Amino acid sequence: MKLIDDVIVVHGLTKRFGEFVAVNNLDMNIKSGSIHGFLGPNGSGKTTAIRMMCGLMDASEGDIHVLGLSMPEHASQVRDQVGYMTQKFALYEDLTIKENLRFIAKVRGIPAALAKERLNAVMIDNDLVEYQSQLAGSLSGGQKRRLAFSAAVLTEPRLLILDEPTSEVDPNTRREMWAKFFKLASVGTSILISTHLMDEAERCHYLTVLNDGIKVADGKTDQLKNEFSHQVVLVEGENVTPLTDSIMQMKQVLAVAQSGLVLRVIVSKEEADPVRIVSENIGPKFSVRKIKATIEDVFVAATQTTKCRLDKE
Amino acid sequence: MNRLGFNKGALSRVTAIFVKEFIQLKRDRLTFAMVVMVPLIQLLLFGYTINTDVRHVPIAIVDQCQTQLSRQFIEDIKATQIIDVVKFFDSPSRIMEAVRAGKVGAGLLIPRDFEKRYNDKNNDPLAHFIVDGSDTVVAGALKALRAFPFTQSSSISADQIPHTIAVELLYNPEQRSALFTVPGLLGVILTMTLTFFTAVALVRERERGNMEILIATPISSMELMIGKLIPYMVIGLIQVSLILLLGHFLFQLPFVGNFGLLYFCCMLFIFANVGLGLLVSVKAPNQLGAMQLSIFILLPSILLSGFMFPYDAMPQAAQWLAELLPMTHFIRLTRGILLRGAQLGGLMPDVLFLLGFFLLTMLLATILFKKKLD
Ligand SMILES: Nc1ncnc2c1ncn2[C@@H]1O[C@H](COP(=O)(O)OP(=O)(O)OP(=O)(O)O)[C@@H](O)[C@H]1O
Ligand SMILES: [Mg+2]
Repeated sequence: MKLIDDVIVVHGLTKRFGEFVAVNNLDMNIKSGSIHGFLGPNGSGKTTAIRMMCGLMDASEGDIHVLGLSMPEHASQVRDQVGYMTQKFALYEDLTIKENLRFIAKVRGIPAALAKERLNAVMIDNDLVEYQSQLAGSLSGGQKRRLAFSAAVLTEPRLLILDEPTSEVDPNTRREMWAKFFKLASVGTSILISTHLMDEAERCHYLTVLNDGIKVADGKTDQLKNEFSHQVVLVEGENVTPLTDSIMQMKQVLAVAQSGLVLRVIVSKEEADPVRIVSENIGPKFSVRKIKATIEDVFVAATQTTKCRLDKE
Repeated sequence: MNRLGFNKGALSRVTAIFVKEFIQLKRDRLTFAMVVMVPLIQLLLFGYTINTDVRHVPIAIVDQCQTQLSRQFIEDIKATQIIDVVKFFDSPSRIMEAVRAGKVGAGLLIPRDFEKRYNDKNNDPLAHFIVDGSDTVVAGALKALRAFPFTQSSSISADQIPHTIAVELLYNPEQRSALFTVPGLLGVILTMTLTFFTAVALVRERERGNMEILIATPISSMELMIGKLIPYMVIGLIQVSLILLLGHFLFQLPFVGNFGLLYFCCMLFIFANVGLGLLVSVKAPNQLGAMQLSIFILLPSILLSGFMFPYDAMPQAAQWLAELLPMTHFIRLTRGILLRGAQLGGLMPDVLFLLGFFLLTMLLATILFKKKLD
């Protein structure tokens, strides 16, 4: 096996649907053995970019190398080594869990004896054993995700591309899935994972943030937080909700989000004393202090084009 | 290579596809019902208008030839036991009268140039039956006689087309016999079910989103097409057997001709239809579109193939069009085998057409199928 530093290298990747540019001049590197998060609001072009990397769509411009092979010329070789989990459930709803997995094992050429072993292993790993004879169409959303994930890891691929693998998955299962991602990464599997969830983004080694098809942030997760150029202040006090509108009126403020009983305010980097100007705006009844940026702040600052009020999930 | 180091067998991928198709077909009640119920219902609907087990139809004969050969011809026809000669007339008009008056079921006219027609190599009919077509039973029986092979030596070689008798139906010229109707129905049913099934086979996967995972696997277009072909071939063969058996037990379809050859031709026809269906499926925008395209193929197959209207009576343009339909060639093949006892040698043009049609449609489907989402 050839050892390469970057499992995916994308350069100048562009995809147009007619006039509309879904992915715009994207450069991206995914380091071997890392978990690389792919962030962006709905419709920002994550799925489209992923599909081009898997050779499911032709790029309008740019080049893609996956595992050192240029795409889409080497699509069939690449497909052999990549596990891909689609955002929308794409397995057969009229087959059972076991039949679906057996089908994937067979088209991927796993020998029968080994296939049986792998099937059992992934079903146990993903808590699917008791539903193995149930039609996929009748599974719950989370069970379907787990089945799709099982199918993607069936061949133990070197590279996993997961398009929102944890949507519809409950928090406990989500934590278990992440434990699996880390375990896979620890044995050298590279993972590209798209997500909307900030706590998941925090766990990735690297992040790329996309907005309207354009890359707006990219780098090591810690670095992105540490080098966040804007400032974040926290507003605490009794009933902070009514303050949101007046804070948002301030021209130095980029975004306001309520998080539990407190407000997080992102203030432009040009402002010399963010705590003072926010305090002056809301009066003395509330405490205001500066805090460290989180990935959510990075995401919000990078992806919002007009000032907006954010309601936390 | 992935880390488990699998061998990559095309056979295993094709097997995976058709096993999956079988499971899906088995679960899809509607499809399953169509496989069995369509042949059953169609055959009962059309089939009960036919009954060919007819014997001893009283006929009158006008023998204008009066030679040794013509007398032998009359004896040969009598030997079939389908007819009983009850009267000899000396003028054709008397036959018409007798048939119209219902005194005889039919009249047989042996023309003056009977011997010359026999010796000529062109395909002029030897003699004419004038039949009261309103009696479907009698007409059907005598129509079967149309293919009556008459030679002096009573042995027929494969390349020699035996002389036949023209049957002129006074009424109801659309008469059918089981030997005619059952193969025709076979063609219609196979066209209908197979193009319908296969036309949606790929579009459905596209519509349900399965394509995204299917094309992300190492499966090739050709493997996919072959994997899809196999289950429908099996379905087609089940239907063929079902129709022939039903035809035999319900409508006394005689098991004549070369059966192996008949199945071979059915198989070719099934392939041609599946190829066409897959081609439709590759090009159709969605399932509804695929259905509409299939109907677009089914209708001319029924109307122009010679199943509904006699091929020879159609205008030239319609005949050209009919030549492009697999059904036309299939009807010719089955009639050749069942009615004329034809062998492979005599059926080559139609066999080659179906084979070529299958290869062409499969090839086009494989080439046009894009392993892409857009
Ligand atoms: N086949 C297509 N034809 C036309 N437009 C498309 C097509 N596929 C995607 N788009 C458009 O491209 C944009 C990006 O879509 P994409 O699915 O890549 O977004 P995403 O980042 O994955 O969003 P989400 O988080 O909702 O999954 C959207 O505006 C979408 O409407
Ligand atoms: Mg998406």
